[in-house]
Amino acid sequence: MATATVPSVERENYLNKHYGVGSWLLTTDHKRIALLYLISITFFFFIGGFFALLIRLELLTPASDLVQADTYNKLFTMHGQVMVFFFLIPSIPAVLGNFLIPLMVGAKDLAFPRINLLSWYLYIIAGIMMVHCMLTGGIDTGWTFYTPFSTAFSNTKVIEAGLAIFVSGFSSILTGLNFVVTIHRMRAPGMTWSRLPLFVWAHYATSIIQILGTPVIAITLVLVVAERALHLGIFDPKLGGDPLLFQHLFWFYSHPAVYIMILPSMGVVTEVIACFSRKRIFGYTFVALSSIAIAVFGFLVWAHHMFVAGISVYAALIFSLLSYSVAVPSAVKVFNWTATLYKGSIHYDAPMLYAFGFLGLFTMGGLTGLFLAALGVDVHVTDTYFVIAHFHYIMVGGALMGYMGGMHFWWPKITGKLYPEGWARLAALIVFIGFNLTFFPQFVLGYLGMPRRYADYSHMPEFQVLNVLSTAGSTVLAVGYLLPMIYFLWSMRYGKPASDNPWNAAGLEWKTQSPPTTFNFEEEPVVTWEAYNYDEIDKGRKEEVQVVG
Amino acid sequence: MSDSQAAVQSHDGLHNPALLHHFADEGQQRDASSLGMWIFLATEVMFFGGLFCAYLIYRRLYFGDFGAASASIDAKLGGTNTAVLICSSLTVVLAIWAAQTARRSLMILMLIFTMLFGVAFLGIKGIEYKDKFEEHHVPGVSFSFANVPIPGHPDQYANPQHAQIFFALYFIMTGLHALHMVVGLGIFTWLLWMAWKGRFTPRYHTPLEIGGLYWHFVDIVWIYLFPLLYLIDRHP
Repeated sequence: MATATVPSVERENYLNKHYGVGSWLLTTDHKRIALLYLISITFFFFIGGFFALLIRLELLTPASDLVQADTYNKLFTMHGQVMVFFFLIPSIPAVLGNFLIPLMVGAKDLAFPRINLLSWYLYIIAGIMMVHCMLTGGIDTGWTFYTPFSTAFSNTKVIEAGLAIFVSGFSSILTGLNFVVTIHRMRAPGMTWSRLPLFVWAHYATSIIQILGTPVIAITLVLVVAERALHLGIFDPKLGGDPLLFQHLFWFYSHPAVYIMILPSMGVVTEVIACFSRKRIFGYTFVALSSIAIAVFGFLVWAHHMFVAGISVYAALIFSLLSYSVAVPSAVKVFNWTATLYKGSIHYDAPMLYAFGFLGLFTMGGLTGLFLAALGVDVHVTDTYFVIAHFHYIMVGGALMGYMGGMHFWWPKITGKLYPEGWARLAALIVFIGFNLTFFPQFVLGYLGMPRRYADYSHMPEFQVLNVLSTAGSTVLAVGYLLPMIYFLWSMRYGKPASDNPWNAAGLEWKTQSPPTTFNFEEEPVVTWEAYNYDEIDKGRKEEVQVVG
Repeated sequence: MSDSQAAVQSHDGLHNPALLHHFADEGQQRDASSLGMWIFLATEVMFFGGLFCAYLIYRRLYFGDFGAASASIDAKLGGTNTAVLICSSLTVVLAIWAAQTARRSLMILMLIFTMLFGVAFLGIKGIEYKDKFEEHHVPGVSFSFANVPIPGHPDQYANPQHAQIFFALYFIMTGLHALHMVVGLGIFTWLLWMAWKGRFTPRYHTPLEIGGLYWHFVDIVWIYLFPLLYLIDRHP
């Protein structure tokens, strides 16, 4: 689809305006901060991925032979904590959201550029604490920090990891705060709420969760740290404390946190599907409001993580029913995306391949989520690989697919270079195959009864075949993630220069140059058109061709 | 908008050092700053909300023990502190009013009063903590709460472990609140410096307003903490 002309002389942009380390580390430009985040989260993605590969290698054989049980506990804990708190939660918001939201609403920057930089520094401080924790012994509580194990029994670095995640939480809160204020107050003239790209709506909903959920896990971690250091008794049943209270507080944030990961990804997929079907998105209002509905309902379902933890039957029943309610807005989105595809002029470029991958995998993740919301089924599969497979379909099959799709879609805008399309399509295919090979067997394993968090399954050797399949898949998946890393880096130097709008996409971010200038737009844009006006764009292009022809 | 109007506007912009480059005008900047502070306060509500939730659950579980533990705190000191904070909120409002009506010296005086009230609050809090320390009511190895009768049930003694949970929550909640006061004092030192340099005018005093919002919020947290921690089992 890359057709438009490209200027031969490199224009001034946000990348070449200033040089030097200082101009990056002290920048308040949202685009540069987005790139700082991109580098940092990629680092943590590979650390988390490294732990994942070690876990899969250990499970290749039934006996605990590659690592011992204690090390294995640390591996899955640090895999979870790094991936959730240091990769998935900041991934799309802090990189793509940071870069694109001011461009999409027609602003020069986020509302609070210095707070934006502060949030990156908080992330880095948290990251250094986490790396230090990992290098000096690690933590073995599971990413969930369940008490009283974490506060009274674990011999690992619970306090340090807890404080690291506490600090990273404030980084996340500040990002969300910046987005909400920017979306409310910084929109260009004519950019009404009903003309906002759905990517922005998705980030608005995400920010609400970050703002209202993250403080709760922050205070919970303060209590865990205080309890562990001073043995106060707040979560210790031996001293009259209630460990269930910890689980309530923890999941009050950590369930909505799933939507912090998936909502931005849904936003990316919406943009990509509209662009590569050349159609206005079907049911704009429903897609926009379903994001808000997911954010609201997401706060009402947390105790479905605790069905077997000892909550009352009645509470479990209510939370089970409420959990179904989240499925409604999610399904609204899936139906609207498919309706957008219907009779669209579909292009199979790499971002679209990721969007298709998202559609299928997220649907599977969501539907198995309904199994888990059902009280009876959940009791059978709690803490088995069925749960692991379910949330990896959402977090990797959903959130990560969207992130990869978005990175490809906006890469020409971010760097001004085109990535190699053929390699990108191949990588998307490898990721899809590798993903399913890794995680589909885990559904079966879980249903047959393989529990999570065990290094050794030698009393159930019949599980080995499925585990070998899963481990094989994980290596395929690793190739699928390393490839884009290589060709993205390659394209920064050798890639063809990108035009301002290589996809002929709608949206203000494509109306400025690639890469944008420091203040995004030459003149303040005035919006007079509706979102996703692909019919008008394509009509205009046809007329152009006729005039030229 | 005609060209001459645009020229006047950008001319204005050049001459207001407080207007940051990425805002279109001062109104937008003020709205953004104030919305930002309101959202931050929403996160603070959730932050303290977790603690309030924990408190309410344990109060219900260990009703009498919490009553006994609460009765051991000096409500007179707490009451004095409540009055001090309410006065400080008044002086914040007066400082903003002084800025709006261009009374610079009154503004500076009111900011100084606010900070003095803040320091007084922390001082009284320190006396309270010292008393608790001497009474061995600080959770930890030397904690002791033996033979304290439950209010209304003179034949029953409070369970020391459950009382310890009360004191743990007491110290964490009031400690976090005091930390917010310290941050508030830092903010007000900066505001005082800005006011001293004459940066606040009737047209521009946004920092004063959002600093004031923060200060009021910290006061309101205390308005909830005070009855929950000090007054739950007071009978005339």
